[in-house]
Amino acid sequence: MTVSPNSPNSPDSPDSPKDAEAVAPSLEVSGLAYAYPDGHQALFGVNLTVGRGERVALLGPNGAGKTTLVLHLNGILEAGSGTVRVAGLPVAKRNLAEIRRRVGIVFQDPDDQLFMPTVREDVAFGPASAGLRGPELEERILRALKQVGMEEYAARPPHHLSFGQRRRVAVATVLAMDPEILVLDEPSSNLDPASRRELADILRSLDITVLMVTHDLPYALELCPRAVILSEGVIAADDRTQDLLRDEELMRSHRLELPFGFDPGAVDIPAP
Amino acid sequence: MGAGHAHTLYRHGHSPVHGLPPHCKLVAVFCFVLVVVCTPREAMWAFGLYAALLAGVAAVARIPAGFLLKRLVVEVPFVAFALLMPFVVPGEQTAVLGVSVSVPGLWGAWNVLAKATLGVAASVLLASTTELRAVLLGLQRLKLPPLLVQIASFMIRYGDVVTDEMRRMAIARRSRGFEARGVQQWRVLAASAGALFIRSYERGERVHLAMVSRGYAGTMPVIDEVTADRTQWAYAATLPVLALAVCLLGWTL
Amino acid sequence: MHVPDGFIDAPVSVAAGVFAVGAVAVSLRGARRELDERTAPLAGLVAAFIFAVQMLNFPVAAGTSGHLMGGALAAILVGPYTAVLCLSVVLLLQGIFFADGGLTALGVNITVMGVVTVVVAYAVFRLLTGLLPRTRRSATASAFVAALVSVPTSAAAFTLLYWIGGTTDIPIGKVFTAMVGVHVLIGIGEAVITALTVGAVLAVRPDLVHGVSGVAAPLKLRVDGELVDAPAATRDPEPAPARRSTRGFWITGLVSAFLLAGFVSFYASANPDGLERVASDQGFDEKVEEHGAADSPLADYGVGDIENARLSGGLAGVIGVSATVVVGTGVFWVVRRRKEEPGEAPRDRDHENA
Repeated sequence: MTVSPNSPNSPDSPDSPKDAEAVAPSLEVSGLAYAYPDGHQALFGVNLTVGRGERVALLGPNGAGKTTLVLHLNGILEAGSGTVRVAGLPVAKRNLAEIRRRVGIVFQDPDDQLFMPTVREDVAFGPASAGLRGPELEERILRALKQVGMEEYAARPPHHLSFGQRRRVAVATVLAMDPEILVLDEPSSNLDPASRRELADILRSLDITVLMVTHDLPYALELCPRAVILSEGVIAADDRTQDLLRDEELMRSHRLELPFGFDPGAVDIPAP
Repeated sequence: MGAGHAHTLYRHGHSPVHGLPPHCKLVAVFCFVLVVVCTPREAMWAFGLYAALLAGVAAVARIPAGFLLKRLVVEVPFVAFALLMPFVVPGEQTAVLGVSVSVPGLWGAWNVLAKATLGVAASVLLASTTELRAVLLGLQRLKLPPLLVQIASFMIRYGDVVTDEMRRMAIARRSRGFEARGVQQWRVLAASAGALFIRSYERGERVHLAMVSRGYAGTMPVIDEVTADRTQWAYAATLPVLALAVCLLGWTL
Repeated sequence: MHVPDGFIDAPVSVAAGVFAVGAVAVSLRGARRELDERTAPLAGLVAAFIFAVQMLNFPVAAGTSGHLMGGALAAILVGPYTAVLCLSVVLLLQGIFFADGGLTALGVNITVMGVVTVVVAYAVFRLLTGLLPRTRRSATASAFVAALVSVPTSAAAFTLLYWIGGTTDIPIGKVFTAMVGVHVLIGIGEAVITALTVGAVLAVRPDLVHGVSGVAAPLKLRVDGELVDAPAATRDPEPAPARRSTRGFWITGLVSAFLLAGFVSFYASANPDGLERVASDQGFDEKVEEHGAADSPLADYGVGDIENARLSGGLAGVIGVSATVVVGTGVFWVVRRRKEEPGEAPRDRDHENA
């Protein structure tokens, strides 16, 4: 596999939004509350700001509302109260097309994400939906596939790929849209150690804001300098990942557990 | 049958038949079968010529005869049905090997057997020289409603996924000592079918979310289109045109 | 049972094709109303499910087994429009890739196994659930009856098509008895499996069973700890233009079906049949000589027998095909009326199911 660490997406991605928005953080969530129609309330006023280029881990026990929060980021769920802004643009019905281009969500099951008959068409889906055609579209597809090292698999049907390869293609489908922020839902789930490593290398090589929802605490520590804990529908903690993971009291109170024998203090964190 | 076997139907190759645009092949096969169906049953030699035409296509496509013949077993139920015809159809009786059978029944059996076999063989040739994906593009090109093409495309994409889920459920059942022997076990099997439906439907909802997240608003962007030039059309038309000539001869001779 | 090529003659196959195209077009519109933009992924996944579940073997006894055909199940689970689409796509792909069912018989197969089964099953199901108390048990029982009725009815529809355009003159009474008799037995199996499957889905996700939808309580939202009424469905309804073009479509469909049945049947349908009649009247040897003169389309139509056969064939075509179309239309209208009256509103689930 070949990953070119910094060349491919540098030319246009950092300053594509308008100048006025260039200073705005990638993601700004304030006072977000939401209840499902069955009455079950999942979010109770979430406040979270993610600056441009940051990589943040979103941690939390099952049922904390992580997925619900993610679905608000691109307007699939509408806020009951509070606001979500992506690079300054509020998430609202009239902006949905632009918001969905800016927020790239990689879902947990790559089979859900890869719905087209071939890898190439799947990667093309987002930009083509936004109206891109011809050589520009081809260039976008190729670049995204190169970013995840899957350019040789363009003509394959997704079903014939390994799970790790499918996860990488899923990342490419989103990168092809030139997003402002990449949101990953449990990116390391079901990956063997080698695929896990490859995906980490890819994510580190991207010059993009990342919000990573995960239970995999070592993975969070490895990739994200900052972490927040979502618990009972609010952000319960927000700090350097290493400091959070070291705070045993805090971890226990939010049902977060480190793997046996893992000492976050003893890990040499790779430079971002 | 099942999407799980779908890719084994296709025989990879680079023959002129493989290279034809899918919509040309679809039209050609459909017209060919239509011509075959319209041929009078008495013109037995015509059906022989049709078979020879198909054999010619198979040779050009480098599809071995064994592969083709093996796929013809789809027909078996109808062979059984056709074999019954000489005994149930009323009309003039004649003796074949000492057994009394009806003449119109024999004609009916021959008619169904000959036409159905040629139809199956033509479809098999199409499926073994055309990729699933290409057939979808061909159908799209032939102006099948886009929504229908999308449904077919999702079905092909997720046929394997759903079938795999079903197999995993079967393994899980057997691992717990379940063996389906008779009607008593239907409840358990139906529960699996119900669970499979729920999983499929929920996956459909998740797929929809993933689509919406990437800007889907009800219409699929057209990413690939197949085109055919006049030579390719002419090339594809060879089969049905020759068949039509045979058919007309069959009517006039 | 997938009808192969050569079973039903060309004109009736074409007429059935026209009918199938009409039914699919109506379903495309209807499905968009049932599922809006979710139609493609959901119907695609349901089609994949039908495909898979047809491979699930239900052992009967002594090594034999049967499988679900799925028409009634699909109709009850996802509604008639989506079900017709799913089954049509399944049949289309089976025809192309698996040579399962002839390409020229595709219209016949979609009409018999897709449209008739689905429409009959759904109509029976809605009728029964309307009459019975709204409980899970009565929904399961209705599913049983719906599936039981749908299978022999589709066999009867096949018999009708065979009567109009079958390529061999088996006495229609015999075909009918055999087909319906066998299919009542098959229908019992289908009914048991369908009812059990619908019951299994009802137990876990009753909201997914389309046939019993419309029982959900009004929605509430909890905002800042307070319960407030959820806003009503926000999607703009756009029924009016669709309705009109549907009607236009129906008229076109009817007219073309009549034209086809009348003209095409008249000119072509009776040919093979007439041929057969000649064959059975005059015997094998004479027939071969006779055939060249009597049955070529270019021949002089002077022979009284042939003329009569032709006429009666054409007439049967008109009556049969138009009866099918009219009955089909009627059932569609009834089903749609029934469906539109009891609240469409709770079906707007796009946002909740996320």
